[in-house]
Amino acid sequence: MATAESSPRPTFRSRGTDVGSFPVVVVLLVAAAAFLLVGSLRSVTFAQLTVQGLALGAVYGSLALALVLVYRATRVINFAQGELAMATTYIAWQLVQWGLSYWEAFFATLGIAFVLGLVLEIVLIRPVLHRSEIAAVIVTVGLFILVDGVVNWLWGGGFKSLPPPFGTKIYHVGGVAIARLYVGMIVVVLVSVVLVWVLFRFTKLGLGMRAAAIRPAEAALVGVRVDRMLAIGWGLATVLGAVAGLMAAPSQYILDPTLMQPILVYAFAAAVLGGLESPAGAVVGGLIIGVTLNLIVQYVPAITSELQLPFAFAVLIVVLLIKPSGLFGHREVRRV
Amino acid sequence: MSRLPALVSLLVVAGVLAVLPFLLSAYNVSLVAQVGIFFIGVLGLNILTGYTGQISIGHGAFMAIGGYTTAVLSRDHNTNLVVTMLAAFALCFVFGVLVGLPALRFSGVYLALVTFALAVSVPQLPLKWSKFLGGRDGVQTSRTVSHVWLYGVAWAASAILFVLAWLILRGRVGRAFRAVRDSEIAAVASGVELPVYKTLAFGISAAYAGVAGSLFVLATNGFAAPDEFSIVLSLQLLVGAAVAGLGSLWGILAGAAFVGLLPSVSTSVPVIGSDHGRDVVFGAAVILVMLLLPGGFAGLLARIRRLARA
Amino acid sequence: MTALLELTDVEARYGPVHVLHGVSLAVEEGSIVAVLGPNGAGKTTTLRAVSGTVRRSGRIVFAGRSLGRLGPDGVARLGVAHVPEGRGTFSELTVSENLRLGAYTRRGSIHPELERVFSYFPWLSERRRQQAGTLSGGEQQMLALARAFVLRPRLLLLDEPSLGLAPVLVAELFRIVRELNEKEGLTVLVVEQNAHLALQAAHAGYVLEAGRVVLAGTSEELQSDDSVRRSYLGY
Repeated sequence: MATAESSPRPTFRSRGTDVGSFPVVVVLLVAAAAFLLVGSLRSVTFAQLTVQGLALGAVYGSLALALVLVYRATRVINFAQGELAMATTYIAWQLVQWGLSYWEAFFATLGIAFVLGLVLEIVLIRPVLHRSEIAAVIVTVGLFILVDGVVNWLWGGGFKSLPPPFGTKIYHVGGVAIARLYVGMIVVVLVSVVLVWVLFRFTKLGLGMRAAAIRPAEAALVGVRVDRMLAIGWGLATVLGAVAGLMAAPSQYILDPTLMQPILVYAFAAAVLGGLESPAGAVVGGLIIGVTLNLIVQYVPAITSELQLPFAFAVLIVVLLIKPSGLFGHREVRRV
Repeated sequence: MSRLPALVSLLVVAGVLAVLPFLLSAYNVSLVAQVGIFFIGVLGLNILTGYTGQISIGHGAFMAIGGYTTAVLSRDHNTNLVVTMLAAFALCFVFGVLVGLPALRFSGVYLALVTFALAVSVPQLPLKWSKFLGGRDGVQTSRTVSHVWLYGVAWAASAILFVLAWLILRGRVGRAFRAVRDSEIAAVASGVELPVYKTLAFGISAAYAGVAGSLFVLATNGFAAPDEFSIVLSLQLLVGAAVAGLGSLWGILAGAAFVGLLPSVSTSVPVIGSDHGRDVVFGAAVILVMLLLPGGFAGLLARIRRLARA
Repeated sequence: MTALLELTDVEARYGPVHVLHGVSLAVEEGSIVAVLGPNGAGKTTTLRAVSGTVRRSGRIVFAGRSLGRLGPDGVARLGVAHVPEGRGTFSELTVSENLRLGAYTRRGSIHPELERVFSYFPWLSERRRQQAGTLSGGEQQMLALARAFVLRPRLLLLDEPSLGLAPVLVAELFRIVRELNEKEGLTVLVVEQNAHLALQAAHAGYVLEAGRVVLAGTSEELQSDDSVRRSYLGY
């Protein structure tokens, strides 16, 4: 159906709706939510782990959403997404050192992150987009190494920490201790995600971005400046990554250049679980991974906390083997 | 690659390599040996990526398998080290085919993710089977080798494996590989059995990585441990293959040298100094090469040749 | 009277492959012009040359402006709407969103524009929230046409509209195109395999073969031309 002119997409091109699996997925999610609710009511530990899991999952989901946005727009998996997020947290730290309050630094960093993402797409990704997938992958790998090196070079060594964004208050709800931090993490990520959703659904810019991602050639025909849309997509993704990093940092107290590396893995797993083409899936996937990891480490003796990473990988592999389009992805078109 | 210039290239390279150990310090000899190790790995990955278009960020896993094969055989049976390399070749070929089979279902990004997962997971396995595979402490070979031995064996193996690759690629298998890369649909239409060749490519590239892994372990004092085989290794192989480009001996040498030498060399430059400076330089270099040299060094050479002819 | 669209010695290529070898044609404002020819003649490429989606050289003048350097989005902003081969509807988006995209270059409210579109395609109004990918082929073609018409373009480029459509739908499509032409003064350049239909709807036509114009004239002239009748009209 696609002409020679419209984008030559690789094998997993989605087509129309796949209504088949959607109701099943919704049912499963509702069942899972019910399970969490019941468990939380019955056990304080369970409730606390669930809340913490949701907070961490929100962070994973934010980074996963960044990955999905970039993938939808430019068909590139940005292996440097995590390192960029980490770099932005260091930028925030530096701004705080220069006298800004936490929240001033927070929003300034988001602005910087947007510009950074924009510039990176224009300078690094656009030139290699039309070549091969491999070239783009390598560029992001090179970026990973470069950013890692730059951050270590500029800020390496010594203890650094960001002031706690939500204070250290702990709420007590029916015997369950919930750190204000966790609530804050969930709220911030949720607000960001909702804002992005509103942008895509209700604004002309968002419509243009979606069109540019789905069919760039036809989008150009109606006047969409596709190049600009892709750059903005990267800017937005970097902002979401910055949100993830800034929310992840306080939960680890000390800023560390390896902060986002495991989170990148969890974000990959979340993005694949949700479906690489599905923004909603990325966020839901993140929450699922966050909660599951927390609960499994506690309740399944065989899986200790060092095995979290391999577990996330196992999830990734299993999803890819069983349903590569993920929970919310559409049925793929396979050729040959 | 036409015949005569290729032969001349080979002789020049062989000549230079034969002479180098006498000219360089021990440290530099081991550096060039390391280039030889990467040469093998990059060559193998080039067959997979360049010829059948499948991306793998996981060949470090095969290096790990090869390396552990050498270490365990040496530790338990005091096997001749070269024999362990052959064992690594064979074993990794089998594993490569085993991975290549399910890999058929994926392409592009998804394959990259799967192999990425592989690269990080496989080195964790020794932690699980620590009795046999040494756990965190690793496995030590029964003897270590001198840098001259390493140099000689690495480059001898490179030469043999290069000729092997050349033989494979010029024959029917090579044509099939190229057909797969250029158009899967057309390849199937002309009767090429995709699964066979794609899996074969995986097997061969894994076997090569296995040999590289054996040498890698020997280069690090015969010590095989999980930390030695991080994702960085897989990334280095991939970068090396991309920088190399396709179809040129010099390209692969350039790719191997890029990955094997650049980090070490840049550390010794005073301005750059630290490890982190090295990463900055390496990362920037990788990006620049991909931006400026779309076909890798092989592409650059082809362009130069075309210009020279005009 | 200068034509609304004028191509002079236009060449176009896909990478190293040259497809158009000097095409010259003119489209008068308010007329429907058909481009006929066998497969591979370069008909689609001609439209792409106008909308800027292929590498081209030569003079292309639209409403007095040279289109030479403009990309597709620039050409769209000038009032040229291109409905590509295969319709080019955005399957994942709703009917309403597809139409809104048609108005992308316009700021502000487009309510009156949408109302006018719905008056020509009343059934679309009921399907606003439906995903475009779930429409039938014919409905998607109508949607593509509707989308092109939202901002009342000065020139409509229509590529193989009858492809894959049942004859009844094709007839309806051409009826609407003629209606838009007569009532709204829409100028149309249509590429069509179905020469019979195309010449019935068009005022003038060009026959392309191997990247060059081999015949030109009014639709009556073409319909009575021997070679056209033999090769394209089947009698």
